[in-house]
Amino acid sequence: MSDKEKPNRRDFIFTATAAVGAVGAGAAAWPLIDQMNPDASVKALASTEVDVSSLQPGQSITVLWRGKPVFIKRRTENEISEARNVKISDLKHPEKDEDRALNPEWLVMLGVCTHLGCVPLADKGEYGGWFCPCHGSHYDTAGRIRKGPAPTNLEIPKYEFVNSNTIKIG
Amino acid sequence: MSDHNYTPSSKFGKWFNDRLPLLTLANHLTDYPTPKNLNYWWTFGGILTFCLITQIITGLVLAMHYIAHADLAFSSVEHIMRDVNYGWLIRYIHANGASMFFLAVYIHIFRSLFYGSYKAPREIIWILGIMIYLLMMAAAFMGYVLPWGQMSFWGATVITNLFSAIPLVGESITTWLWGGYSVDNPTLTRFFTLHYLIPFLILGLVVLHIWALHVPGNNNPVGIDIQKPSKDTVPFHPYIVIKDLFALLLFMIVFAFFVFYSPNILGHADNYIEANPLVTPAHIVPEWYLLPFYAILRSIPDKLLGVVAMLSAIFILAALPWLDTSKVRSAVFRPLYKQFYWILVIDVLILGYVGAMPAEGLYLLIARVATAYYFLHFLLILPILGKIEKTTPLPLSITSPVLGGSADLVMAKSIDVRKEKL
Repeated sequence: MSDKEKPNRRDFIFTATAAVGAVGAGAAAWPLIDQMNPDASVKALASTEVDVSSLQPGQSITVLWRGKPVFIKRRTENEISEARNVKISDLKHPEKDEDRALNPEWLVMLGVCTHLGCVPLADKGEYGGWFCPCHGSHYDTAGRIRKGPAPTNLEIPKYEFVNSNTIKIG
Repeated sequence: MSDHNYTPSSKFGKWFNDRLPLLTLANHLTDYPTPKNLNYWWTFGGILTFCLITQIITGLVLAMHYIAHADLAFSSVEHIMRDVNYGWLIRYIHANGASMFFLAVYIHIFRSLFYGSYKAPREIIWILGIMIYLLMMAAAFMGYVLPWGQMSFWGATVITNLFSAIPLVGESITTWLWGGYSVDNPTLTRFFTLHYLIPFLILGLVVLHIWALHVPGNNNPVGIDIQKPSKDTVPFHPYIVIKDLFALLLFMIVFAFFVFYSPNILGHADNYIEANPLVTPAHIVPEWYLLPFYAILRSIPDKLLGVVAMLSAIFILAALPWLDTSKVRSAVFRPLYKQFYWILVIDVLILGYVGAMPAEGLYLLIARVATAYYFLHFLLILPILGKIEKTTPLPLSITSPVLGGSADLVMAKSIDVRKEKL
């Protein structure tokens, strides 16, 4: 290019060619990148129904949904009142128990520690809820993070009671 | 170097070399002038080349029998162990070979730290080395996932979840890496593909690493430049080749000890249980060679900052040539640095130890102190030390400490020389 002149027609062609080339390369790369995202067969396994009629208060079951464990816990009166009597300002990730358990007796949440994805152990830890053995996160009886490295409460998936005995997750 | 004027002796050799100068390259590699004072810590480059080739060959063979599918991977590994002829041997060499590879690379890195091999004009060699080290960690991590045992599965879950710490896009990146909503079959197949690819990327970087090495030549234990090639160096072949081979032989004895006498001591019993997404093992621990970084990750009680600290601990090494401000390379002539060097070695060993322990109580406290010291060493101690440290006199040449008669005379001379230079 000649020194400090105004851009000429050749500069324009260079820039235009480079721009078209970059867009083309991006368009060609996208299928190669997107093929790694969840495929149709994975997405198809979106919901699962669980019969919870046999659960007694204090018991819980773990079911698999989208390759992840989901905890379904039938809470005792003590556990419910414990979860409801916590001062919201004491929480790392403030959420009311009422917003987490639509029916206070039933707590449905992903059994995946929000730190690095381990499965927390039930009825362990300093707050009577769950404890993640990997890096020491303590969750309370509403699955809220109380102590340890996890940033947020255990996630609540989309779910509904199909009838009084059956929960549909997803 | 010294081989500009090389001409092959045979007529065909000359004809061929004029068209593709492979013989010139071979001649350069055999005649390559090497400092004559290199000690056994310098044999690990050759040992690492051996490790890489061993991993590629055994890995190639394992891939002929392994099946990368979540339902079949675990049993195909057991099939290799029980049914395939010598499958047990090949797999144990490959699995322990990874540990041996890291053992050698850590010695290689700490040799460089002691003798200041990362300093000018060898920064590019050093940075290429750090890139190789990073790729080695990626390859080792993905390889550990392939047997699809409990540690494979949960190790993969924990490490891929590191990406979810990234603000805004973290969750999408993690889903993209998994090809689903958790570690599953799509994750396994892509990890197998990448585990197969990475060793060849490493091989390419090794070629660049050696190429970059052959421009300035080797550093050496006294860390001064070669004065007279005829006096200070020996040709690579046969002198260094034989020394490297002898060291390799000793290394292979250690290697064979692990393969034949305790092939599972470096692994985890949990990995002989097939992956189960509903049960996390009570105590997830990465392989020993990643433990110091794991300790740094766990020592910080915030998810994002923990990940940032762990990655910084690795990337900070790439900035080392500019963080260490001392002009003197070898720790032999740096009385203060020598002490801080050994403190760093102990610090990293402590990090490794607490990385294997539960993250609670005293262990957590120790991990935090050791993490803080690790960064302190690179960010504060090294830059300041280079400015205030009184180094001891350097010898006049590589040869003079051996042949120069009185050491005092040599040192006196070197002081004079340095005064003149000032």
